[in-house]
Amino acid sequence: MSSTAVATATQLPVGTWKLDPTHSTAGFAVKHMGVSMFRGRFEDFDATLTVGEDGAGELVGAVRADSIVVKDDNLKAHLGSPEFFDTERYPELRYVAQSLTRDGDELIADGELTIKDHTHPVRARGSITDPTETLGGAIKVGITLEAAIDRTEYGLSFNAPLPSGGVALANDVRLIVELELAQAEA
Amino acid sequence: MQVLGISGSLRRDSHNRRLLRAAAGLLSPDAEFVLFDGLKDIPPFDEDDEPAPGPAVSRWREVLAGADALLFATPEYNASIPGQLKNAVDWASRPIESAALRNKPAAVIGASTGIFGAVWAQAELRKALATAGARLIDRELPVAGADEAFDPDGALAEREQELELDSILTELLDEARGPEAPRQAAEGELARQV
Repeated sequence: MSSTAVATATQLPVGTWKLDPTHSTAGFAVKHMGVSMFRGRFEDFDATLTVGEDGAGELVGAVRADSIVVKDDNLKAHLGSPEFFDTERYPELRYVAQSLTRDGDELIADGELTIKDHTHPVRARGSITDPTETLGGAIKVGITLEAAIDRTEYGLSFNAPLPSGGVALANDVRLIVELELAQAEA
Repeated sequence: MQVLGISGSLRRDSHNRRLLRAAAGLLSPDAEFVLFDGLKDIPPFDEDDEPAPGPAVSRWREVLAGADALLFATPEYNASIPGQLKNAVDWASRPIESAALRNKPAAVIGASTGIFGAVWAQAELRKALATAGARLIDRELPVAGADEAFDPDGALAEREQELELDSILTELLDEARGPEAPRQAAEGELARQV
């Protein structure tokens, strides 16, 4: 029985790749009341992947803070208040990753996340596809990324004690993006 | 720059009104102090009345909207906020998206004749204001023994307390002036930035 060595792709797709917002999501998940995982998402966001001929890539993403989508208007208002995103003064969340490492399907992004003027390094892990010709001839790649942050490091400080101990909201928050990116015309 | 003072005590000569007047005396010359006098007129909050809440609620919301900063002085009733003050906060927290308290810079101070200086009421009022969306200063000023806390001129008798109050007012006015660089992003700016 013979075996065949298969080279693992490490090359990022060269070019400029723009977000297809209809088929992409940006969301978060946080433990709520110590019992369940609460999920929310943002409606208005953008992202661009740029990869040079030398293979070096940059991923830039921006999210409009007041586009947060939750199921209750009271909660949305609270999330927009100074206790959380303070959308009046800080309308945008931003992530810039200038180090992208691909190993097969796996993608690791090392970048800086800025929320409410607080900037911290964040490593996100996920996957990337090869470029694929889709309907209408558009060439697209898919990226998923996930990262864990401590929201209190970004000034999202609200919490409340529970009657039997513990707090209403965990500090650790998972950020999850699923991006469909189309090759920009040269 | 207008600072609106709100006393949680309705009593005409209350210690908390005196505390607000002491604060007014410490404000910088560019700040105008206005004492809200309509708290007693505000009816109990009732969702059924929201479509037409009446003149007292409308005036309360208007003076809040016209103020650049809010200074609440609260007594403590049964370890908590006076009911009429909490009721006024509830009216000003709605409608949610355009609530008069939303993003409004606010500080809480308080006086009581006991030994704790209304510290629990201050904490609870801060919690309620923050939940209503106010831009809250995370400070407190518990003025205990309020019967003897003021000198004949109406100022706080203890120098340390006066300095603390002055520091809170400075922080409140800084918050009202806002960040040095405007952070508002224009519509469409997102797309241009990435």
